[in-house]
Amino acid sequence: MLSIIRTLWDVFLHAFRKRVTIQYPEQKAYLSARYRGRIILSRDPEGGERCVACYLCAVACPVDCIALQATEDSTGRRYPEFFRINFSRCIFCGYCEEACPTYAIQLTPDIEMGEYSRQNMVYEKEHLLISGPGKYPDYNFWRVAGVKIGGKDKGQAEREAPPTDLRSLLP
Amino acid sequence: MATVYIDDKPYTADPAQNMLFTSLTLGFNLPYFCWHPAMGSVGACRQCAVKQFRDENDTRGKLVMACMTPAADGTRIAIHDPDATKFRAGVIEGLMTNHPHDCPVCDEGGECHLQDMTVMTGHDYRRYPYDKRTFRNQYLGPFVNQEMNRCIQCYRCVRFYREYAGGRDFNSFALRDLVFFGRHKDGVLENEFSGNLVEVCPTGVFTDATLKHHYTRKWDLQFAPSICTHCGLGCNTSPGERYGMLRRIVNRYNGEVNGYFLCDRGRYGYECVNSPQRIRQPLLRREGVAQPVSRAEALRAARELLAGKQNVIGIGSPRASLEANFALRTLVGPDHFFAGMADDEHRLLTKMIQVLRSTPARTPSLREIEQCDAVLVLGEDPTNFAPRLALALRQSVRQQPFAATDKMRIPRWLDHAVREAVQDDKGPLFIASTHATRLDDIAARTFRAAPTDIARLGFAVARALDTSAPATSMSGEAVALAAQIAQALKTAHRPLIIAGGGLNSESVIEAAANVARALDTVGKEARLSFTVPECNSMGLALMGAAPLSAAFAAVKDADAVIVLENDLGRHMPQPALREFFERAFHVIALDCLTNATTERAELVLPAGTFAESDGTLVSSEGRAQRFFQVFVPSGDIQESWRWLCDLGALRENSEMADWKELDDVIIALSNAIPALAGIVNAAPFSGLRLAGEKVPREPHRYSGRTAMHANINVSEPKPPDDPDSPLSFSMEGFPDQPPSALIPFFWTPGWNSIQSTNFYQKEIAGPLRGGDPGARLIESGASDGSGYFIRVPQAFAPREGEWLVVPAYHIFGSDEQSLHSAAIAEVAPKPYIAMNPEDAVLLALRPESLAEVKVDGSSYRVQVRVRPDMPKGIAALLVGVPPVVGVHLPAWGTLQPAQLPVEGGPERAA
Repeated sequence: MLSIIRTLWDVFLHAFRKRVTIQYPEQKAYLSARYRGRIILSRDPEGGERCVACYLCAVACPVDCIALQATEDSTGRRYPEFFRINFSRCIFCGYCEEACPTYAIQLTPDIEMGEYSRQNMVYEKEHLLISGPGKYPDYNFWRVAGVKIGGKDKGQAEREAPPTDLRSLLP
Repeated sequence: MATVYIDDKPYTADPAQNMLFTSLTLGFNLPYFCWHPAMGSVGACRQCAVKQFRDENDTRGKLVMACMTPAADGTRIAIHDPDATKFRAGVIEGLMTNHPHDCPVCDEGGECHLQDMTVMTGHDYRRYPYDKRTFRNQYLGPFVNQEMNRCIQCYRCVRFYREYAGGRDFNSFALRDLVFFGRHKDGVLENEFSGNLVEVCPTGVFTDATLKHHYTRKWDLQFAPSICTHCGLGCNTSPGERYGMLRRIVNRYNGEVNGYFLCDRGRYGYECVNSPQRIRQPLLRREGVAQPVSRAEALRAARELLAGKQNVIGIGSPRASLEANFALRTLVGPDHFFAGMADDEHRLLTKMIQVLRSTPARTPSLREIEQCDAVLVLGEDPTNFAPRLALALRQSVRQQPFAATDKMRIPRWLDHAVREAVQDDKGPLFIASTHATRLDDIAARTFRAAPTDIARLGFAVARALDTSAPATSMSGEAVALAAQIAQALKTAHRPLIIAGGGLNSESVIEAAANVARALDTVGKEARLSFTVPECNSMGLALMGAAPLSAAFAAVKDADAVIVLENDLGRHMPQPALREFFERAFHVIALDCLTNATTERAELVLPAGTFAESDGTLVSSEGRAQRFFQVFVPSGDIQESWRWLCDLGALRENSEMADWKELDDVIIALSNAIPALAGIVNAAPFSGLRLAGEKVPREPHRYSGRTAMHANINVSEPKPPDDPDSPLSFSMEGFPDQPPSALIPFFWTPGWNSIQSTNFYQKEIAGPLRGGDPGARLIESGASDGSGYFIRVPQAFAPREGEWLVVPAYHIFGSDEQSLHSAAIAEVAPKPYIAMNPEDAVLLALRPESLAEVKVDGSSYRVQVRVRPDMPKGIAALLVGVPPVVGVHLPAWGTLQPAQLPVEGGPERAA
């Protein structure tokens, strides 16, 4: 009996507490920059596509919702011919971002992805690719990797000596 | 057997081996780079360091290289010793100081031995703050792509290319940490086995250049155990598919057949599966115009052609599986089934089988060929006709010098020391051929002559071995050569005679048989190997059916003709082909690629290639091997035997009505044809389950299952069923090692590269666990007393105004299907005729000019190659490259300068 009265009293007191419910969608919740929401593909500081189609995100994905195909431009720069994420399967675990060696794939705090048709949850590269570098403004994989692409010859990457002269006999 | 101690535990080991071999055989994870199971130890990379102890009381020990330490009795090593572990990590750290940080864009990534070893030793962070050395890459042709920055200087590539495969145009350049591996300048790698560099290189310096065009990681490919269809040797391959497209082929180890290596035709011929020439829909020809039709319409048209018709004939194919040929035979009846090869080819194969069964000589596997210590090649050009055989022969000439190094007590695995001791010493290899071969550099003696003279040489060798063999009269020089060959074969432990289908000469087969028989008479166990033209020539010949001429005769009264996976234009000359189609009103063709036959057939049904069907092929060794479907093709493509079952239903064939899966066909086939009863042992039946599960075709890391097809439909389709095999189109299933015939790909925890093969073998470089796959169908009987062949051919006599045109083959081009592969087509030669300089002068033909060759009722306009290696009176015509197909050689023909000059050739200057 006493406990019932006490419970009623507690409920009554709650009516005067500060409200935590927010009026979504008129009012937006704060989500930190590291929140794991909609996935995007970013660009390097020079505006080029960061993704090099290495397939690591796809293999890291526990629900196998990423599919892509690598291709190369005429200068040897590799990029995805298509890049598809099936968001109706994605569990936003962030493993793809963790696996990405070029900071191309990133999770954003955007969570508003509701659709009436499940088919609309399939995002292709044109839906995923943004125009900026996202959370990592400075990194450019191609400046570090020792392969030749358009605009960067052998020996021009970070910490690289000029190409070896095979005809030289100097020790 | 010796007892060795690894980490203080006793193990039995082969004392003739080294400790790296022993450790890997026992399943230890010991890193290595420069050692290769097929190439032995050189101790160059210092990666397999272990600590060796004198005895159980020794606590200090010393660091040694496991690959250079014999597994002598009482050897004690520690793999997990802290000093050894640290040393190995240090070696990797050193190698990685120059590594270019490009794994994400490296084609080796995910199957990289360097990656695996780096992870195994625990190295993860580059402490070295200085610059990395860099190299410029070379263009090495359409097969191999080079990225030299990734090199770790293990020297495996140059050891394989120069020492194992006998290539000359590849070497190491420059010095110290700047050593470069490549050619002296950009250019296509000349060696026919260059593609193996992709697998030999432990990192991404050499990668598959064809894979680069449609790159997919190993973990994303769907594999199946398969058999190469580009020659008769039956090498085991592992093709990989992604998104409905065949992406690449890698070697599938079979200790008895191909071992670790494939030829470039086998490795890069796969692109024919993706060719734009593929037939993907049934085609119905009405009033001369072929229209793509639906499956239902095609079957309706077939019903009109076949239902109720009594006289339907079937033409089989030496490149179709046994099951497909048998289905056709069952559909039309054995009397109406024809073998689909030309008469001379058919006669030759029948003769080969007869010889192999009646001569007391074993038909050796490729591994046995590698171990033969005296070889006589009669009339063959192995590099171009049965390429992988040439690589085996290169190893066979090493056998005899081993006797000397054994005496010096140099273990055979100590590769560099053995090669230093042997120098250029080679065992006896005698090549009798119509023109120079790519093996002449290792031959003790070569003999270039007309086919009949080659046969006569064979007869003379037999006579020199055994005087009861028929005699020939030959020039003194040839008699001396025959005596030398006879002596070499007689003193060898494992003599081998190679002949075959290349020269199209029955007497050469008979001569080879006589040599084998004579060797048996003098108490030598001879080996006799015949090469055959296509992947299932031997199987089709074992089925026993009449050749094309009989089909040709029967076609006039036939209501309809069904041609199975066979371009008749490649087996009969053009005029005969025209006549055939004039006689045959209703032709149904089943094939995968457009060809002269499908372009004339009334109804064309799209057949699956080797990658889209299952079946059994019989190799030239007589080994029946099963290949399995790699992927389910789109559209109406299905296995030939399934199409034939559909046609059988139209004809209400009661026998075929019961065939629901491949096993039904195999069982019916083995019951119907006793010679092929053994094919049931080629691979397990489809009912096999391991721990209740099927064998997955996909690696367990296969990605993208829920996104691959999401652009078409977000709801994932059900994985396709496979009623025909114990394999599943899935990443789920039995996770451990399957029976050897069912291994789709090699993978072991920690070993993602092809080096994981080590853990599938009973002992390194030995048979796979459970025995190497395949079932031998032909075993040599004891001598049946039929004695020697006595029909010695007449000596070759040149004719005035006529030339004996003999066939020449090229590894890239002479095979029908691989020519549809872009990379192969790029290096395939144009049709040519080769002749002696004196003959060329006589005919007023200049090198590179065009000649008109009239032979076997056809006329060809081909380029002239003047070659001093050609015997006089003989001209070698490159066959198999369109338009020179279907011509029966050797035959007498005439040559004359063609009317039109070659554009831009020397003609213009003249």
